[in-house]
Amino acid sequence: MAKIRRNEKREMPALNTSSLPDIIFMLLFFFMSVTSMKEVTYKVQFTNPQATELTKLEKKSLVRYIYVGTPTAEFRKQYGAETRIQLDDAFADKSEIGDFIINERSAMNEQDQGLMTVSIKADKETRMGVISDIKQELRRAYALKISYAATQRTSY
Amino acid sequence: MAKKIPQINASSMADISFLLLIFFLVTTSMDVNQGLARRLPAPIPPDQKVEDTDINKRNLMVVKINSANQLMVQGQLMDIRQLKEEAKRFILNTNDESYFPKLYEEDFGAPFGTVKYTKEHVISVQNDVDTQYQVYLNVQNELVAAYNEIREECARKYFHVGYNELDEDNQKRIQKIYPQKISEAEPKNYGGK
Repeated sequence: MAKIRRNEKREMPALNTSSLPDIIFMLLFFFMSVTSMKEVTYKVQFTNPQATELTKLEKKSLVRYIYVGTPTAEFRKQYGAETRIQLDDAFADKSEIGDFIINERSAMNEQDQGLMTVSIKADKETRMGVISDIKQELRRAYALKISYAATQRTSY
Repeated sequence: MAKKIPQINASSMADISFLLLIFFLVTTSMDVNQGLARRLPAPIPPDQKVEDTDINKRNLMVVKINSANQLMVQGQLMDIRQLKEEAKRFILNTNDESYFPKLYEEDFGAPFGTVKYTKEHVISVQNDVDTQYQVYLNVQNELVAAYNEIREECARKYFHVGYNELDEDNQKRIQKIYPQKISEAEPKNYGGK
């Protein structure tokens, strides 16, 4: 005859968490492989424009960035709200672009120097006057491979 | 008697890896670096004067963007949505119109055979100082899209596969028939020094 056990003390079995670190590590590696480190701290704020015919920038070591946008809130007092250029970690004048490119290029391997790409990360509201100036400076420094950073557009 | 090795307490391992995970989440950015790749023309030596190269009018498509972000193509106001089709018509000139670029016939070898193409066409983009960057990029994007579509159609016609599935050699051969000829005007300083 079946006996109904009622008053027996039932403890919840401890959950085996020994595989938890493995799962988390897996997540960690996933994120490490799909994301990229921030190159610099942004002193300008910008929203990338949108486009459809995008190509990925292949080798990160060959890419140099030029940021264009309005200074972030903390720098606005000092630099105003005009569009500014940021090279590496500092604000720069357009005349400094040439030297920046030449310095960066001479720091590269000789066989990589011709493959250097300059990515222009500019705010979509920027006036073309600034961009044209940058392009002229880049041409003068023989940095002819450029890429206008943009995000994928899904619809008009 | 075998000595029993005491088990290491690994319960904090999860916390440590969580910490690492969160650190990486904070310091990295999810956006992949992608953009519209373009090539700038080589600089003009300072001792050389800017020459207005004589291009036959029918071979030239002028796209102007003004400070109010309006588009003018061949002297007519146009919507950005129509630009790609117009550019494709211009580049291909399928019907051999007299107002579109001159067609040349050239043998590109198998599997192309003799192809009629507009060898001398140039698309010139001119923008104002006050043009918005997004609008300028839209125009560049549409023009690149026109070329990409033409190359895709060419690949489908002769190789029966998409352009991206072709090997580099054949892609180069298609690029030779349809090279990107987007020229950007030298910025002019109107009324300045």
